[in-house]
Amino acid sequence: MTKTINLTLKVWRQSGPDKKGRFETYNAHNISTDMSFLEMLDVVNEQLTLEGKEPIAFDHDCREGICGMCGCVVNGRAHGPEKGTTLCQLHMRHFNNGDVIAIEPFRAMAFKVIKDLAVDRSALDKVMQAGGFISANVGGAPDANALPIAQETAELSMDAAQCIGCGACVASCPNASAMLFTSAKVSQFALLPQGRPEAAKRAIKMVRTMDALGFGNCTNERECEAECPKEIKITNIARLNREFIKASFGSSEE
Amino acid sequence: MLLDGKVPGGPIAEKWERHRFELKLVNPANKRKFNIIVVGTGLGGGAAAATLAELGYCVKAFCFQDSPRRAHSIAAQGGINAAKNYPNDGDSVHRLFYDTVKGGDFRAREANVHRLAECSNLIIDHCVAQGIPFARDYGGLLANRSFGGAQVSRTFYARGQTGQQLLLGAYSSLSRQIADGKVEMFPRREMLDLVMVNGHAKGIVVRNLITGALERHAADAVVLATGGYGNVFFLSTNAMGSNVSASFAAYRKGALFANPCFTQIHPTCIPVHGTYQSKLTLMSESLRNDGRVWVPKNPGDKRPPHQIPEGERDYYLESKYPSFGNLVPRDVASRNAKEQCDAGKGVGDTALAVYLDFGDAIKRDGEDVIRKKYGNLFQMYEKITADDPYQTPMMIYPAVHYTMGGLWVDYNLMSNVPGLFVLGEANFSDHGANRLGASALMQGLADGYFVLPYTIGGYLAGIEKGRLSTSDSAFVETEKSVQARIDKLQAINGKRTVDDFHRRLGLIMWDHCGMARNNAGLEKARGMIRDLRAEFWEDALIPGSGETFNQSLEKAGRVADFLEFGELMVIDALARQESCGGHFNEAFQTDENEAQRDDDNFAHVAAWEYKGEGQDPEFHKEALKFENVKLTQRSYK
Repeated sequence: MTKTINLTLKVWRQSGPDKKGRFETYNAHNISTDMSFLEMLDVVNEQLTLEGKEPIAFDHDCREGICGMCGCVVNGRAHGPEKGTTLCQLHMRHFNNGDVIAIEPFRAMAFKVIKDLAVDRSALDKVMQAGGFISANVGGAPDANALPIAQETAELSMDAAQCIGCGACVASCPNASAMLFTSAKVSQFALLPQGRPEAAKRAIKMVRTMDALGFGNCTNERECEAECPKEIKITNIARLNREFIKASFGSSEE
Repeated sequence: MLLDGKVPGGPIAEKWERHRFELKLVNPANKRKFNIIVVGTGLGGGAAAATLAELGYCVKAFCFQDSPRRAHSIAAQGGINAAKNYPNDGDSVHRLFYDTVKGGDFRAREANVHRLAECSNLIIDHCVAQGIPFARDYGGLLANRSFGGAQVSRTFYARGQTGQQLLLGAYSSLSRQIADGKVEMFPRREMLDLVMVNGHAKGIVVRNLITGALERHAADAVVLATGGYGNVFFLSTNAMGSNVSASFAAYRKGALFANPCFTQIHPTCIPVHGTYQSKLTLMSESLRNDGRVWVPKNPGDKRPPHQIPEGERDYYLESKYPSFGNLVPRDVASRNAKEQCDAGKGVGDTALAVYLDFGDAIKRDGEDVIRKKYGNLFQMYEKITADDPYQTPMMIYPAVHYTMGGLWVDYNLMSNVPGLFVLGEANFSDHGANRLGASALMQGLADGYFVLPYTIGGYLAGIEKGRLSTSDSAFVETEKSVQARIDKLQAINGKRTVDDFHRRLGLIMWDHCGMARNNAGLEKARGMIRDLRAEFWEDALIPGSGETFNQSLEKAGRVADFLEFGELMVIDALARQESCGGHFNEAFQTDENEAQRDDDNFAHVAAWEYKGEGQDPEFHKEALKFENVKLTQRSYK
């Protein structure tokens, strides 16, 4: 049967990128434990609107854990306390009556706050633009079965390809590094024969771009792996490091 | 006006090749002189923007999300169809064509569907070349699974995240073109109007969602790939931001809206459980490969599923449709679920659910095999419901999922407005009155990678290239009217939230224009929508300013459009006095409660022309000719 709980929220409010932010306290009453975390915020926002206040801005879209648009830091953890779960798939049954919940935006030098809990993650797109692709124009592909790929390899590639680009890894890392994000894409392609021709160039360009955008370095804290809603493994970072070193010494890439 | 779909002549299997030869070409050196706007970056728009740039055109791409990678194509789970016939089970381009036309209950344009089937194999080739990690067999070749409405295994997949992988493929191609400077990307922009110059589509006005500023963008052609309108129902499997506004703006500017009443209710979604609910979640159709659908034989049987013995369970799809069983098409499966619940046999707290049971499959193949195929879906189900589908059957119920209707386009995917092209779910052309599973991804990518890049050249070759300026009076006037509407929304200052109106509209649509419709209900709904719309413009409450990031204002604009669009859907449903596919009018059914078409009077596309606010739209018709498929009563028995 459905249960309801009462909560106290401490929510980060910031009216613009260059404005000073602060925590505001709100009460969330009669929250059904079947609600998702974002539905709980919807309820609070309806109430704020009716009180003539501005609702809390937060990014979200698919609410199925796949688009990667949602995400906040909840009680100090990106996407909240549940392992392998995006914020939209976190349900209120994991909280207790009377809980105090702190909600903050993803924080990193490369992510500017737009408003309240919404941040600008376009730096991740820029990392992708630097090399997160295989240069195959439409029209020239051979038959899809011309190139057999071992099932195990395809599965490993798929494990890495599951990244939803939410930025939780960056928000969780003490250095705000985007290594898990970058390594997932580098790994997906490095594992596949189609991705090999550009492997060296890809690793070098994506890492250099990541550095230039203000993401920090990886110091093996493993926070990214612990908080990744898609449970991307840091073995991908090891693979990226191998690709990067190989490329730095063994290829003509600058 | 009788509409001309501009279908090329010749035998169906040769039309596309012949048409490609007959289309005028744009010289490679001239391509860079043409500017093209692409709105939406899902499978259709993302693929089109990347491919047009690869060809040398200058592209501006727009999306309302913070990144082009987030378009809702990403949520498609099950797979993508292609006529590869890798499993050697008798598939062919013709069979995929036939299944799709039949699956659409004979309300799609034959030539478009055939071209779609022809392109299907090229899509798989291209996606593999892009590095998409499709599922493979032990020998390293690509794996296939089955989907509804087909008796062959033709669906390619990447676990339960096929849409994600295909979209990220298109996004990676798009990213490469952005880096090359061939595509200029504008995220967090919402298209609010289309700009027409001398009867041609020549640009758009968008709102920068971060700053609130209105921006004008000019081009030689405008491509809309802005998705479907399922959110008119409030609750649907669409993303929260999915909306009809771009299509509706084009409709207001003269583009015809075709078959808006054709909506798809997907049979396997997690049931509704509360009034606070913001969306519904789909459980992939691929689950019906192994899951068995059942309800208790006796109405009102409230025992938990494991206490109901085999003999007291009704596997109604298997008994009613022995040849397709659990894999009947979506419209049929949905209607049957509703029928069972209406008969009092629904399960769960709300009695608006049926079981989807994996018990037998787990016994047969072992939990590991099932986990490998559907692990992420089972996990998602468990997260939302707190039930473990490995132990107890899933509970599912139909939910709004996809919309087959959309802006009318000809064979070139161009609307009746010259220079305005429409792709993917936003157009109406390929799925008739019901879309088969794993066909949406196929259509989006076919349109974006393989159809539009050719056909748009035919249009551009015939016009004078880019001498447009955004200070042209058409742009100034359009921006003014967009601003006036924003001001009007903000001036309402009422007492009810936008979500409140949206929820009420959704209920009207679901009750009267949903899975089953009747004339009295539709007439009633029309009045209710009008009243609600009037109330919205008097009593909506939209906080915050227009000059900043303001999600309430974004939503208000979308809901205002849905309040007009909902009425158009009802008008279309009333005009179509037959049942077909997703449009089921209770007055037109066979003795076995299947949809009863009226081919003599309704084998046509209904395309509606805007006549001004509050005015009845004007009906136009494109007759559908079936020369390669025999019109029959659809049977899946």
